[in-house]
Amino acid sequence: MRPTAPLMLLAATVVAAGTLTACGSGSGSDTGTVKVAFIKDTNGKVTVRDDYVRLVARQFEKEHPGKKVRLIPIQASENDYYTKIQQMMRSPRTAPDVVYEDTFLVNSDITAGLLRPLDLYLRTWDDWRQFQPAAKAAAKGQDGRTYGVPDGTDTRGLWFNKKIFKKAGLPADWRPRTWDEVLDAARTVQRKVPGVIPLNVFTGKGAGEAAVMQGFEMLLYGTGEHQLYDPGAKKWVTGTRGFRDSLTFLDTVYKERLGPDVSDALSPNIQTNVAAELLPEEKLAIDLDGSWLGQQWQKTGGGNPWPEWSATLGQAPFPTQHGAPPGKVSLAGGWTWSVPRKAQQPDLAWKLIETFQSKPNALEWCVRGAQIAVRKDVAADPRYRTSVPGIGFFTGLVGVSRYRPALPEYPRVAAAIGEAMEAVTADDASPDKAAADYDTTLKSLVGGRTVAKP
Amino acid sequence: MTSAVARAAARARRPGARHAGGPRTLLLRWSPLVPATVLLLLFLVGPIGYCVLIAFTDTQLTGQESASFVGLANFRHAFGDPAFRNAVVLTLVFTVLSSLVGQNTLGLALAGLMRRASRPVRALTGAMVITAWVLPEIVAGFLLYTFFERRGTLNALLDQLHLPAQNWLFTLPIVAVSFANVWRGTAFSMLIYSAALAGIPQEVTESAEVDGAGGLRRLWHITLPMIRRSIGTNLMLNTLQTLSVFGLIWVMTRGGPGNRSQTLPVFMYDQAFLKSLIGYGTAVALLLLLVGALFSVVYLRLLREEV
Repeated sequence: MRPTAPLMLLAATVVAAGTLTACGSGSGSDTGTVKVAFIKDTNGKVTVRDDYVRLVARQFEKEHPGKKVRLIPIQASENDYYTKIQQMMRSPRTAPDVVYEDTFLVNSDITAGLLRPLDLYLRTWDDWRQFQPAAKAAAKGQDGRTYGVPDGTDTRGLWFNKKIFKKAGLPADWRPRTWDEVLDAARTVQRKVPGVIPLNVFTGKGAGEAAVMQGFEMLLYGTGEHQLYDPGAKKWVTGTRGFRDSLTFLDTVYKERLGPDVSDALSPNIQTNVAAELLPEEKLAIDLDGSWLGQQWQKTGGGNPWPEWSATLGQAPFPTQHGAPPGKVSLAGGWTWSVPRKAQQPDLAWKLIETFQSKPNALEWCVRGAQIAVRKDVAADPRYRTSVPGIGFFTGLVGVSRYRPALPEYPRVAAAIGEAMEAVTADDASPDKAAADYDTTLKSLVGGRTVAKP
Repeated sequence: MTSAVARAAARARRPGARHAGGPRTLLLRWSPLVPATVLLLLFLVGPIGYCVLIAFTDTQLTGQESASFVGLANFRHAFGDPAFRNAVVLTLVFTVLSSLVGQNTLGLALAGLMRRASRPVRALTGAMVITAWVLPEIVAGFLLYTFFERRGTLNALLDQLHLPAQNWLFTLPIVAVSFANVWRGTAFSMLIYSAALAGIPQEVTESAEVDGAGGLRRLWHITLPMIRRSIGTNLMLNTLQTLSVFGLIWVMTRGGPGNRSQTLPVFMYDQAFLKSLIGYGTAVALLLLLVGALFSVVYLRLLREEV
């Protein structure tokens, strides 16, 4: 018994050390394999992106004999996906060679030094000229270099129900020119068609970035230049009239009961409610929403087929505050294919990105994923223009679309905007008070780099 | 073997005892604990230490090139932050309402009533209450959300009874989540008190009854003093559990509307993961730990006092 004790101890220590320091082996750099990480829908039935990536990967393997593509689908909510790829990119051992990045966070990752600039490759790539200028800026760092190639984008505008409009005596080719005309149409619906919600504008913390982007920024970007961030001064902006006016618009919508019931509007499920219930059941007249809305009602969309949607719903661009040129506002988001700084196969990774974004493959993705094309030649392709009803209208908005401030602090600033919206909607604060609170929060979030622009 | 251990222990207890065989025996004696100690250091002490460390830095989740030490700035910021003060007040309200008043009292009442109930009634009630307790927090959250929601079960019931509808998730969110926590956590108190009440000797209760003490007097003078220790233990466990409730509130209200149900754990999550201020969020976590410690100290004193 006694003499074996040290042996036992030794064994235990070895086992423990083995378990504790065991590293994931097998992900070494194999010179012929390129690893691509992308987000997989949390709903296992939705395999739109997986199928497309697999298709491109097979084509790539055919074109480059001896090379292999390893797919790393990450099934997670968006926030968890961001965290996961950020962790993966920190080590050369786990970094993928190609990564799918949301423009919402791409600048955070550029600043954190996780991505590789692609300018050298882009210089020799003829197709880059086909990309819209706004899309080229989607993954541009503050150093002026480009860190990703966008695969599509989305735009935002007004969806309205023509049947309800007819009852209210409003035109089927409605085209509001100012905020007031939007509100007036909503008030008309309220008067003449009881029982429907006149206007939905996403708001508050529950809807998250949907509220900030589809709701608040669609308003704010129609009030003038640089309302959130001043690129000249490299500072975030406080105290603007536009900020207060945008909150006042929201305040009007919810005070006059033109929007959904406040408790519904602030619920995290409002987006699902709008797309799956309120619009198909024709309980909502006007919805300020994204270009992708139609994909769920298609036969292929899964959830809720609604064959009549394209005949029932019309689209109109969202106007600037007082009709100032260009007269319409849209914001664009989207995702890019990027190469992590610690990727083992950067050259091969670039080859794969080229394959992803060749014209036929880019077209394929836009049709499958109900995306707005970022390549001019894809946007002009008849197959794309007829893929989803309304795609032509939303593609037309790309020209006036602006991107969110592409800065590392943006996600945090967006959270603060959501809080200001919630305070106004829930009637906890006046628009002026909520805007002042936002200014205070903003200073602490961006380390005091703010400039007042009353 | 056992006697050897006992002898060794006795030797070790003697002040100034010299270990036979010297340091080698000592090493051998402690060696079986090495793997466990290493594991504890790695997976428990390490992360906690790391947490304490980053509470004093301005670490961010993303978008930052490097973090630096900022001393007590995070804590100063917390005490000057109205949102933090609001979270502390709501945490106290939530804890007092749902743990001290709700789960504790209801648990004792249920335990008392079930002692007198017939077997089938006891089995049924027990099963129902315990079901609520074993449900995962997230499932309970969704269930209660659909119960309290404006078009949910509760309003359907009230409508049947021709009573006015409620919208507590919006008007009184902290009360709604407190109710939810009572619904979910009462079983634990009920089990503890059932065991405690079973331990009260029958003769004591009977002789009090013979002396003419009514129900309330018996409760106050006999039952409560006799289960005092269980009350203390139960309160302590309950409070610590309630202080750290996150999933339930997150699912039901996300701390909203505004920040009317933003207790400390929700506030912490909001700062650390939605606003990326990991350093500040961790500092708030340490302050939450402090609140829990204060409660524990009070309960420990309760336990120690002799009647």
